[in-house]
Amino acid sequence: MSNLSEAKLHDCRDAFTQTLEGMAATNQEIVAVCNDSVGSSKLNGFKDKYPERLVNVGIAEQNMIGVGAGLANGGKIPFVCGAACFLTGRALEQIKADVAYSNTNVKLVGISSGMAYGPLGPTHHSTEDFAWVRAIPNVPIVAPCDSIETAAAVAYAAETTGPIFLRLSREGVPDLLPADYKFELGKAVTLKEGSDVTLIANGILSVRAVKAAELLAAEGISARVLNMATVRPIDRDAIIAAASETGAILTCEEHTIFGGLGSSVAEVVVETVPVPMTRLGVPGIFVPTGTASFLLDEFGMAPEGLAASAKELIKKKKA
Amino acid sequence: MDILELKKMANDIRQRDLRAVFEAGAGHIGGEMSVTDLLTALYFRILNVDPKNPTDPKRDRFILSKGHAALALYVTLSKRGFIDPEEISTFLKPHSRLNGHPNRNKVPGVETNTGPLGHGLPIAVGMAKAAKLSGDTWRTVVITGDGEMQEGSNWEAIMAAAQFGLDNLTLIIDHNRLQQGARLADTNNIAPLPPKLEAFGWAVEEINGNDMEEICAALDASKVVPGKPRCIVAHTNKGNGISFMSDNVAWHHKVPDADQYKQAMAELEEAVS
Ligand SMILES: Cc1ncc(C[n+]2csc(CCOP(=O)(O)OP(=O)(O)O)c2C)c(N)n1
Ligand SMILES: [Mg+2]
Repeated sequence: MSNLSEAKLHDCRDAFTQTLEGMAATNQEIVAVCNDSVGSSKLNGFKDKYPERLVNVGIAEQNMIGVGAGLANGGKIPFVCGAACFLTGRALEQIKADVAYSNTNVKLVGISSGMAYGPLGPTHHSTEDFAWVRAIPNVPIVAPCDSIETAAAVAYAAETTGPIFLRLSREGVPDLLPADYKFELGKAVTLKEGSDVTLIANGILSVRAVKAAELLAAEGISARVLNMATVRPIDRDAIIAAASETGAILTCEEHTIFGGLGSSVAEVVVETVPVPMTRLGVPGIFVPTGTASFLLDEFGMAPEGLAASAKELIKKKKA
Repeated sequence: MDILELKKMANDIRQRDLRAVFEAGAGHIGGEMSVTDLLTALYFRILNVDPKNPTDPKRDRFILSKGHAALALYVTLSKRGFIDPEEISTFLKPHSRLNGHPNRNKVPGVETNTGPLGHGLPIAVGMAKAAKLSGDTWRTVVITGDGEMQEGSNWEAIMAAAQFGLDNLTLIIDHNRLQQGARLADTNNIAPLPPKLEAFGWAVEEINGNDMEEICAALDASKVVPGKPRCIVAHTNKGNGISFMSDNVAWHHKVPDADQYKQAMAELEEAVS
């Protein structure tokens, strides 16, 4: 049994800005672009150190993405930061034409993604962003599970030329990965080995999946847990292995079940090794008032809920 | 209501808003305090709306485009009889109708779901155009934040409204000079607003948006300028009515602690005694 329940919780925005500030010290081309979101993107430290490299366009997201594309064209490495809901939803066509289709070196950083804004309601949730951005070619999508993976993904983004969408949370999560973890785009990480069923998660759901696997282990069920931070390109090999070796896959995500992580996994499963699946997430509704944690529990994604769904799923496995 | 009654009502609304923010531990108190006098004048003097028939096709239409000030709207709607005053205590609670941004499908009196900035004015243009097409006389009023005016969608709507000659449309800009993280002047300074609106073909008036007499005079139906949409640039203070919040950028969505709450409430009580 791990001590996840007692582990220290981290706000992944801190890992993001610490990494960004560190890289900006040696790489003069790194700039941050934001939309009146200096505080919520945790860019105050960056602003103090590199005031001329913080480009705050005001409350104007379409402009923000366009400006980011222009900065990239001029040789800069722009990290364009804003609440994930507005960054993606408001400026989706700019993301398509100016970033993806034009293939500009823009790093899209969606802050407080998923349902982190809780009772501020569905306008402020970004639970469609995997689906929206996934439908556009050329933009890798990464939802790190902890502060270690966040730091590693931010460094990867800066070192690699081309667009990327980093979907970060603000909900506190414990560190799941080892300190020397090296991020690889499109590669899932096995958080726990198992043979009866596979739980696939990313972002703040990964820790819940690990806890669920521990509950299942106590009942003699061996659950594999994959942290699949990269939603595009999806890790086909890990999915095929999970399907053939465990025979059942449960996905969970802080996103609508339509078009996100679960859909991406299911697309691979039906075309390769069809096995029973359960996709958990926001069940295609505008959610009621509540915090992210309350809503995740409501939608069956408390560790206990995940474990219960996994047991139901195992019953559907072919003998 | 006469001016004195309106001032008392605005004070009542501020007190209830403050208490709800304190109890919920969240809210956008600065922008709520700046917009309260405008909401009060609209709902208790200007708008032709009926809590018993909130979807009357002939009603005046009002949009709070700066939806983050939802609580001030909820409290105003409760005082006006659209929702039960008791319900304010559910603000932000699990399954409450009253989340951080207004929802027309849940809360009677709300015309459109706002929250993302820069949506209200285009919708208001559509409403005003619909009234023109039907030959109806109802008015459309929309309030935006001043930081919100940085959104390009507003300027697309401003051009359309002038082109359509929407003299049945009033835009009120809650010009408190502050946005979320800083002053407008230090972010993207769009002031002065009046010459910009005038250049786009609007009739513009500037008022003190925390002065009830000036608000009521500016919103009077007699002020219509034939053929032109109207913009009222309402000079306000963010956090108006509470000394330590007033014109202070820290109070966009900060929550008062127990001592600050006591002092703020005492100041509001003092103001009406
Ligand atoms: C499209 C969009 N981008 C960003 C935000 C986040 N946000 C909420 S309130 C706010 C500041 C608004 O400032 P202003 O319009 O001046 O309102 P007020 O001062 O009256 O509170 C911001 C940036 C948002 N709600 N919508
Ligand atoms: Mg303002």
